[in-house]
Amino acid sequence: MSATVWIAVGGLCLATAVIKAFGPVVFGGRSLPPALGRIIPLLAPALLAALVITETFGGDRGSLVIDARAGGVAVAGIAIARRAPLPVVVLLAAGATAALRAL
Amino acid sequence: MTHTPAAAIADGEFRGTGDGLPAAEGLPARDGLAAGARAAIPYGMASLLLGFSFGVLARPVMGPVPAIVMSVVVFAGSAQFAALAVLSAGGGAVAAVVAGILLNLRFVPMGIAIAPSLRHGALGRALSGQALVDASWALANRGDGRFDTTFLLGSTLAQYPAWVLGTVLGAVAGGVIGNPATLGLDAIFPAFFLGLLVAELRRPGGRTAGAVGAAIALSLTPLAPAGVPIIAAALAASLGLRR
Repeated sequence: MSATVWIAVGGLCLATAVIKAFGPVVFGGRSLPPALGRIIPLLAPALLAALVITETFGGDRGSLVIDARAGGVAVAGIAIARRAPLPVVVLLAAGATAALRAL
Repeated sequence: MTHTPAAAIADGEFRGTGDGLPAAEGLPARDGLAAGARAAIPYGMASLLLGFSFGVLARPVMGPVPAIVMSVVVFAGSAQFAALAVLSAGGGAVAAVVAGILLNLRFVPMGIAIAPSLRHGALGRALSGQALVDASWALANRGDGRFDTTFLLGSTLAQYPAWVLGTVLGAVAGGVIGNPATLGLDAIFPAFFLGLLVAELRRPGGRTAGAVGAAIALSLTPLAPAGVPIIAAALAASLGLRR
């Protein structure tokens, strides 16, 4: 088990470094087509919305589930709308999720 | 690492972080770093909690030392959770790394996005890319296709120690608290991303891109391995071509 764990740690370290370097190395140092300047600003809302979905509704083996996390994220949404600071937002989300699980 | 975003300022598009925080306009690199670090403090506090839950979950599966080393050398939360899920299900090292890679693939479009804002040579750019994490990337997004890469580095420097410290605390003390799900710690990740998303929805076209990205992720989650729905959602950004 120990060897498996260390190989996983080393492998993921190398792979992450390569992935994070890929865009800057391959696409840096030259100007990109202007159309990309219109696409790039919208990458953030697209990717972050997808992350919210997968982290809220993602279950085991690709299933979609509605569980206590959804309630926690809904509470987070309300807190964000009321301009609560992020640490408060995430603590409220965790607290609401824990409370729903304890019911 | 001393790139100052003069061109972005000249474009008149240089904006704050969407949180009402001041942008590091035309400041020396050290001030840009400090501004990025300040803007990232709330995300660093969330990283502390996320790192804590990773440490708690990883301890019985990997052992405390490999869990801490992983946070030190990988520093990619969602990929680490994905690799951990494979290991705790009895999967092998290769499967764990592949799961982590799939979740990390979103750093490819993110890296391409910051590439035009990087001025140094290939090795320097490769090193700059190591500073990519979700919150820093989103906070450094100036909305005109440019990124303040000094600000990005500062944001990451504020989050990295929090992530590592959280993991250490979770890995050491984790035995006491049991399953972090009972504390609702698994809701921190989506709440964290929601906080980042809301600022992005204020950009022109942001709402549509977010809605389409969410729809892509929802429809692909049952069909594709974890991580793929997220990168596929990047296609929603091509809506920017309509304008």
